Amino acid sequence: MALALQTFPTVKDANAALKAAGTRYLGGGTLVVRAANEGDVSVSGLIRSTDPALSAIAVAGGKARIGASVTMAAIARHPDLGALAKAARAVGGPAIRNTATIGGNLFAPAPYGDFAVALLALDATVDTEDGELPIEAFLAKRDDSRAIVSSVRFTLPKADGFRFLKVSRVKPKGVSVLSIAAVLERAADGTVSSARIALGCMADRPMRAKAAERALKGKKLDQNGIAAALAAATEGTAPITDPIASAWYRAEVLPVHLGRLLLA
Amino acid sequence: MAKVPVQFTLNGSEKAEFVESGTTLLNALRDKIGDTSPKGGCHQGTCGACSVIIDGELRLSCLTLAETCNGAAITTTSGLAEGGVLHPLQRAFLDTFATQCGFCTPGMIMAAKVLLDHTPNPSRDEVVEALSGNICRCTGYEPIIQAVLTAARANSQNAA
Ligand SMILES: Cc1cc2nc3c(=O)[nH]c(=O)nc-3n(C[C@H](O)[C@H](O)[C@H](O)COP(=O)(O)OP(=O)(O)OC[C@H]3O[C@@H](n4cnc5c(N)ncnc54)[C@H](O)[C@@H]3O)c2cc1C
Ligand code: FES
Ligand code: FES
Repeated sequence: MALALQTFPTVKDANAALKAAGTRYLGGGTLVVRAANEGDVSVSGLIRSTDPALSAIAVAGGKARIGASVTMAAIARHPDLGALAKAARAVGGPAIRNTATIGGNLFAPAPYGDFAVALLALDATVDTEDGELPIEAFLAKRDDSRAIVSSVRFTLPKADGFRFLKVSRVKPKGVSVLSIAAVLERAADGTVSSARIALGCMADRPMRAKAAERALKGKKLDQNGIAAALAAATEGTAPITDPIASAWYRAEVLPVHLGRLLLA
Repeated sequence: MAKVPVQFTLNGSEKAEFVESGTTLLNALRDKIGDTSPKGGCHQGTCGACSVIIDGELRLSCLTLAETCNGAAITTTSGLAEGGVLHPLQRAFLDTFATQCGFCTPGMIMAAKVLLDHTPNPSRDEVVEALSGNICRCTGYEPIIQAVLTAARANSQNAA
């Protein structure tokens, strides 16, 4: 294996080194090192930064900023990030969670990226060395991105305003059949005033269920109220096929699981 | 390929080696340092046979680059027995027949050790969760779960 690792104390210097051909940023390495172990020779140089800012979590005034090197385990045990603990715990087994970073999860191709699904529902902002981007725009362009992600910011959801569900065959851990995250706001009469629903495994990367979001507006969260949203759930999806499930199966079961999440 | 120095403590003793940049901790431990207790099953992060404890956290040595461990304290299963006396987890694995071919055992024991270090009296569900990244093709898992619960009971009896 011909891989050379370069470590930089600042993100800026690491970002400059990443301009060289054949280089790739090393987060926790659960995907990058695995690819190297499997014989991926497209990468010859790994770049990482030990900048302490990358490992910081700051929660204040209802907003959170999580450094890109923060691991799923650190998020799951953080006292102020309780709303996201379930999504962080959904990633891999304990050893993976001790290594897998939030930065890396933004780049993880389906069936991975469960935490990025949560971040998409939360309408997070992704800070990179080239500036900030709303997560939706970031995900759309991520294949061409050469800039290091330094942190992710979002408004903490209100208690019970955030819902997350991951469906897997192997319990308690296992690769996703699909994952769903939703941020729902409700008016005083109980009807949905705004909804952001994000789906994992229903495309090559996390995507919004925009038709379902529209269909939920003004509706109550009961069987009748959610019927139109469930009927529209697969609109615009292009689910992946892998050893866990076929695209057909994923599309068939999405409305069932979305229904469970909305009625929970 | 340029060699890089790596230096860490392994089971309490200082180790220093030169490895090729990009060498995994698993390969450094097995091929350079001679600790073959972590096993290379999949090299993909899926089997857990290569599990080690780095600075108190369960990690997969096949996905960890050796040079990122400079200054770390690493524990492997080969460091658990003291003066020929098996660690309570090792003893329990033998007593409950939790090891058959034995390939998964060092990784299982590492995962179990981290659990018991933080949660001396785990529930069955906590044991299952703690072992969820480790695959065993022989035992059907039940004896392994029993071994961890047995070791936990033995620990708390000793502490009492
Ligand atoms: C056994 C196993 C089980 C898994 N299970 C799950 C699961 O259940 N759910 C799930 O979502 N994922 C899962 N994964 C995938 C993976 O572990 C996670 O997606 C993880 O969050 C990736 O983060 P990382 O830090 O390890 O990424 P790395 O491997 O370090 O990097 C992945 C990609 O992101 C880029 N990158 C990383 N950080 C940055 C940054 N700060 N700036 C710019 N680019 C960056 C890298 O260059 C690389 O292209 C699993 C992986 C394994 C091996
Ligand atoms: S060899 Fe590391 S997880 Fe299988
Ligand atoms: S004892 Fe053979 S794999 Fe577990």
